[in-house]
Order: sequence, then structure tokens, then C-alpha cells
Amino acid sequence: MNYDHATDVAHAGVMPAVAEHLSVPSWAGLAYLASGVLFILALRGLSSPVSSRRGNRFGMIGMLIAVVTTLILHGTGLIEIAIAIAIGGAIGFVTAKRIAMTDMPQLVAAFHSLVGMAAVLVAIAAYLNPAAFGIIDPLTGEILHVSRIEMGLGVAIGAITFSGSVIAFLKLNGNMGGKPIMLPGRHVINIGLLALILGLVGYFLTDQSAWVFLVITALSFLIGFLLIIPIGGADMPVVVSMLNSYSGWAAAAMGFTLHNSAMIITGALVGSSGAILSYIMCKAMNRSFISVIAGGFGGDTGGASGGAAAVDRPWKRGSAEDAAFLMKQAEQVIIVPGYGMAVAQAQHALREMCDLLKKEGVKVKYAIHPVAGRMPGHMNVLLAEANVPYDEVFELEDINGEFSQSDVAFVIGANDVTNPAAKTDKSSPIYGMPVLDVEKAKTVLFVKRSMGGVGYAGVDNDVFYMDNTMMLLADAKKMVDDIVKAMAH
Amino acid sequence: MDFISILSIFVLACFIGFYVVWSVTPALHTPLMAVTNAISSVIIVGALIASAAPGSVTSKYLGLVAVVFASVNIFGGFAVTERMLAMYKKKERKG
Repeated sequence: MNYDHATDVAHAGVMPAVAEHLSVPSWAGLAYLASGVLFILALRGLSSPVSSRRGNRFGMIGMLIAVVTTLILHGTGLIEIAIAIAIGGAIGFVTAKRIAMTDMPQLVAAFHSLVGMAAVLVAIAAYLNPAAFGIIDPLTGEILHVSRIEMGLGVAIGAITFSGSVIAFLKLNGNMGGKPIMLPGRHVINIGLLALILGLVGYFLTDQSAWVFLVITALSFLIGFLLIIPIGGADMPVVVSMLNSYSGWAAAAMGFTLHNSAMIITGALVGSSGAILSYIMCKAMNRSFISVIAGGFGGDTGGASGGAAAVDRPWKRGSAEDAAFLMKQAEQVIIVPGYGMAVAQAQHALREMCDLLKKEGVKVKYAIHPVAGRMPGHMNVLLAEANVPYDEVFELEDINGEFSQSDVAFVIGANDVTNPAAKTDKSSPIYGMPVLDVEKAKTVLFVKRSMGGVGYAGVDNDVFYMDNTMMLLADAKKMVDDIVKAMAH
Repeated sequence: MDFISILSIFVLACFIGFYVVWSVTPALHTPLMAVTNAISSVIIVGALIASAAPGSVTSKYLGLVAVVFASVNIFGGFAVTERMLAMYKKKERKG
């Protein structure tokens, strides 16, 4: 309906900027809607590994439609744009092909930072050239009020996503210690900054000067940085999911500015996706979202409640031969992998070990704790890469009842997620966290580098000292290799 | 489109997102993050508009840089998702 009116205005030569905006032709509106729907289908496909690849193709088609539609509508300067896409595409493609699966969290964090930066750049571009985006108020010649709020919020969320993701990347990539860095009075500073940003977005309504916009941008970069600095390595899965969510909200805010349904739908999808993943991760660690954001967990400082007291208790040491013998005799073995397994690159050897066990007629299952890896679902990808069939891999709630009927629980590179103190010891920092009931298995084989180290949470694990536990002290990969050799004999 | 229509799309899409994401199997949460990363780069639409528009040279170049960033994400995000999903295999039929 608006379309006819708008073209009339455009033909009359009045207010071309507004006219251009309103006159997005219906076919283009439908095309953007179609790409939004394809993005929904892309996520829907992930409900099962069988349909997931088709879903991913839907996503690609959706993106292609959105880009082509935009180029047809605004298609000038195609050569520069083609070059820009080619440069970015080549970098992205090569990175995606080369990246090691253990490094996925860093890659995702890096990608988030790019979405954040792109949102910031687009918002600045829209501020500098509002006519191109059709956000000029025809009465005053200034930027539309509602667009100012959208741009202000868009640039703020984008900037927070960018600087937060850069810090998350540096921490995950090991360029920066995982230890939380605590500034004195940081809560006051953060809340003050946040209030200042929101206040400035409000002020931007009355005064569209460049300084307001730039200060919003600068303060948002700063707060993104300050928010992630105090968060420790153990909480990174939550942070990565949270930044995922932010990148979505940034896209949605720009979608509001551009009145573009594809961007709004996508932003809402990604925003809710990241929020749900953060919620799942928080629940898996029994941490409230607020306490994660407040930071300080998962550093070396957490050792106060355990660690040192561990030395004197008796424990049993086993050899690779013992482990091979026990597992061969078993009817069912449950493997409990943790991130330590991935660090030692033991997943391929582990799969080999399980293949040998299966040949002996032993049932093998994998039990995955939601925070077994460094990001949601990370361990599943690492196992899939090692050719472990996904129907042998089970989530915590699906397999926890089976430990009591299993002969062996083989814990490799995991620690806190098996700690029974989470169920019984109210004073433990991990109390209330859902854990895998490995101690219920007839025998627990616990692969660990040495008795000294404690998990991320800095607490001792009673499983080490149980009668039915055998500690296999060695590098995870070496131990599994030795077990494979012992089994072959 | 007026603001209320846009807001309606947004709110309804949030609900769709809520239900669709809860139905994603936990085993595929990492690919989920990779693919949401790729699709959130639909922000490239804004970048393309900025790079194609006459009027401000700065705006044009900011747009082009944003196009580069978003393209890294689009190609990288979809490619890495594809790579991961190709790894998920069922048990071989040999017992």
C-alpha cells in the first residue's frame, strides 16, 4: 500500500531518500522474507544429524537470496563489492578448511567479533549517510527519532560484541591467561558505564551530533572489554554463547534501522539461540548467569577449598595391562571424555581402543557432560571427527542411569564433571552441578596426568580414592596407545 | 513498514527461535553456533547498501570493510558448519 504512494512521491521528485526507503518493491520484500524462512529451516535442520546438512544448504540459499536481492536493489559499484566479497570469502573459506576442531571455540569467538565490527561499521555508515538508508525525517531533515534509538543500540551491542569477543578469543587461544583479571570496583564501573551508554542513547534523540554517537561507540567498546576481562577460563562456554546472542541482537537492531525482515528474523533467531545456549551452559555448571557475568570463577585462586589437602589419602594405581584386561572382560564400558582428552589429541587412539573392545563383544557407550568441551557440543564434534558414530554418544541425562549396570567407567581428561561432591558436599564450589555418576560403575578407570593437579574448579575428587577406582597416571594419548597395545596381545 | 509491523515480526521470530533452538539436539550445539554465526552475517545487507550508495565516500568505504568482515563470516561459517556436519556418521553396519 505504501509502495504506490511512495513511488508517486519519488516521481514528483520530493524527498527521494524517504521514497527510496519506502519503495522497496514487493518482490524484494518477499525475497527477504524467503531468506528469513530459509534461515529458520537451517536451524530446524539441526534437530537431527540426518537433516542437518540439508538445513545448512537452506541457510546458504537464504544468504544468497538476501545478497542478490540487495545487489539488484542497490547495484552500483559492483566491482568493489565483488572484490570485497572475494577477499572476505577467501579468508573465511581457507580458515574454515584449516581450523583444527579443538580450536572451534576460538574460531567462533573470532567470527562473533567480525559480526560485531560489521554492525558497528554499518551503523556508522548509516549515521554518515542516512539518506542511503532512508532514515531521514522528511519534516526536519534530521535522522528519524526511532532510527536514532535503533542505531544507538545497534552500535552499542555491536561494539560490545566486538571487544568482548576479542577478549574471549585471546583467552581461548591462550594469548591471554585464563585467569580472571579483577579490577577494584569493577561492578560500579560497569554499571555506571552501562547507564551512561543508555543515557547517551536517550540524549541522541534530542541531539544527533557526531560526538554523541562516537562516545556511545567508544564506551561500548570499553564495556565489552571490561565485561569479559574478569571472567575465568571455566566460564568461557557461557561467554561464547552469550556473545553469540549479542551478535544476533546487533543484527536485529540494524534490521530495525533498515526495515529488513531477513535481518530481523535472523537477529531474533540468533539472539534466542545464544541466550538458550548460555542458559544450558549455566545450568550444566549450576551457575547463575549473573554470577558468571560478575566473573572471577575458574582461575588459579579457587584452590582454597581443596587441592592441598589431597596428598595423604590412599589410592590405587593401575597399568595399561590392567585396564586392557578389565575392559576386555566387561559387558559394558562407558567412556567419559573431557577436554583433557582433546588437548592430548587422544580421541583417535580412544576410538581405536573402542573398536577393539567392540570386536571382543563389549558394549561401548560415550557419556558427554554438557560442559565437557570448551563450548556447547564441542565434545560431540571432537568425537565425530575421530569417527565415533553419533548413536554411541549419549547426553548426561540419557546415560546417567546406566553407570550402575556398567562394568567399567573409563574417565579420560575429565574431572569436575565426575565429582560426587557436587551431589553431597554443600560446601563444595561445584555443589549442585549435575555430574556423571561414574562412581556407580563396578570399576572406575581414571586417566589423569598426575595426582597433583585438580580440575578447573580447584576441588579434589573423591572418585580418585575409592576402592573400585584405578588411577591410570600418564598422558592420555600415551595411556590409550598402551592399552591398545596391551589389548592386541 | 511501520514500526509496529517490524516489531511484530521481531517478537514472533523470537518465539520461533525459542522453539526451534530447543529442538536442536545437544550433539549439534557447536554446529548450531557456527551456523548462527554465518546467518547473523546477513548484516551484509546493510554493508552492501552503504557500499553501493552515493553521497558519502567514508560511508562507502566503511561499508566495503563491513562487506569483507561479513563475507569472512558467511563463507567461513557455512563452510566450517558443513565440515563439521559431514563428520557426524551413524554406526557402520558390520556389528
